[in-house]
Formats: sequence, C-alpha cells, structure tokens
Amino acid sequence: MWKWLHPYAKPEKSYQLAGKLLPWFAVVTVVTFVVGLVWGLLFAPADYQQGDSFRIIYIHVPAAMMAMAAYSTMAIAAFIALVWQIRLAEMNIAAIAPVGAVFTFIALITGAAWGKPMWGAWWVWDARLTSELILLFVYLGIIALYNAFSDKVLAGRAASILTLVGVINLPIIHYSVVWWNTLHQGATIMKLDKPSMDPAMLWPLMIMIVGFGAFLGTLSLMRFRNEILARESHRPWVSVLVTEKLAGEK
Amino acid sequence: MAFDSLADFFAMGGYGFYVWLSYGITFFVLIFLIVNSMNKKKKIFKSVEQRLSREQRIKKAQNMEGTL
Repeated sequence: MWKWLHPYAKPEKSYQLAGKLLPWFAVVTVVTFVVGLVWGLLFAPADYQQGDSFRIIYIHVPAAMMAMAAYSTMAIAAFIALVWQIRLAEMNIAAIAPVGAVFTFIALITGAAWGKPMWGAWWVWDARLTSELILLFVYLGIIALYNAFSDKVLAGRAASILTLVGVINLPIIHYSVVWWNTLHQGATIMKLDKPSMDPAMLWPLMIMIVGFGAFLGTLSLMRFRNEILARESHRPWVSVLVTEKLAGEK
Repeated sequence: MAFDSLADFFAMGGYGFYVWLSYGITFFVLIFLIVNSMNKKKKIFKSVEQRLSREQRIKKAQNMEGTL
C-alpha cells in the first residue's frame, strides 16, 4: 500500500518532488501574507485595552506557533533518521533548523516590542519567554553541531540526537503559561475551548498562521533541495542537472 | 477600515514605534532568509560547474599528451 513512497527515499526523486511542490507553497505564502497583513493592519478593529499595539499579534503568534511546528517536524525526522537511517531525514533537519531559528527569533523580538508598551519591560524572566529563548539556543545548537562535522553522516546523527533531546522543551513552552504564574497571557487559540478572540481579529490571525506555515514550507523545501545538492554533488545526476542548466543559459 | 488617514495608520494609535519595529525586523529577517537560501543554491551550482570544467580540462590535457 505504501510502496509508492519508496522511490522518494532516493535523493534525486525527492529533489524533483520538492521542486514541484515549491511554487505552490510560495504562491500560498504570498497570497496569505498580502491578505492577512492588509486585513490585520488596516481592517481589524483596535483592541479595547491594548489599542493598535495588539496588531503585533499577526506576526508574533504565527511565528511562535510555526517555530514549534518546525521543531516538531524536525523531531519526527530525527526519529526516522535514527531508527531507519534515512539520510534524507537528516537533510530535512538541517534544512528546517535555520527557518525555525529565524521564526523563534521573530517571536522573541516582536514579543519584546509588544512587552515594552504593555508590560513596561522589553524582557522579563518569565517562564514562557525563558523557555522560548531556550528553544532559540537549541535551534542554534543543532545548526552549529551539524556544521561542526565535515563528515555529514556523523553530523546528521549528532544533530538528530540533539533534536530529540530538545523535544522536552516543547511541552514546557506550551504549558509554561499554565504551570507557572507568568506575565505572558494564557492560550487564546490553542485550547479545547472556543478561541477567546473576536472573529474580526481572529480571521486575519488564522490567515497569517497559514501564511507562516506556507513560508516555513517554502523555505524548508528550498533549503532541503540545497542540502540534497550539496551532499550529492559528486553524483552523476547532479552533474547532468548542472550541465543542462549551463546549456539552457547559453 | 480602522484608520481615518495615512498619518493615523503610521501612528498606530501612539504605538507606531513598537508596531513598525516588529514588522520591520520581521520582514528584514525573512528577506535575509530567502536571499540566503537562494545564494546557497547558486554557490552549489557554481562549485559543481567548476569541478566539471576542471575534470574536462584534465581529460583534454591527458589526450594531448604524446601528440606533440
């Protein structure tokens, strides 16, 4: 039943599939960003307490959510890489980690710029903020570890193990606002109850979450293709690809 | 629309600095990531290209040997 998946364990096939998916993700990203930002910045009503400062939510929450989604994806890939020794799963980790790190950075920076007017401080050692900062360090650690080895088999294994160790941080981030008495507010969307947000504000947020998800997909696919090319650069199929591209330019 | 004028929009009800700081940094970082990912691909193509042309040159030189 799942045999159709087998050819995609071949780097060349995976490279082509990623190339086919890439434009779709890019289109979804552009459309959702335009619609979500125009709606969120221009048409969503101002918050009754926070005024217009709440509009930071349209990048803060999607970035934070997708930073965690990216990590979850990496963790699944790490498990696959370690158990079934699939090299493409390791390349997947290396491809996603920089995107996840950037998203985490965005969540922290926008959170600081939101915290200053609302809490009166750029930074507090609150449980949510601290665990998110640790996520950034874990991401940077994975990237550094992967690049520290010139032997990419070893690099992939080391990065996979570190990725799995770092998974412990995900539930801590999610439940930090429940387990500790934090300054950061509790869950608004990611809870079993109905979202505690007006639809006029919630819709653009949902669109931006899809947008950041699609952006994550686009960049991951781009970097995944790069990773395959770099690791397979001595294979004949890459040579053919490059010569064909050269012939196309002439 | 939530704003009356363009100046109103940029002021963001007095929170303009914080809002535009957030959006500015976000877009700067996202663009950086896109450019970085594209450049990486170009670099890999270039290095493969160089290796291929080097191999071709070596082959050519080997074929020339003994013909002089």
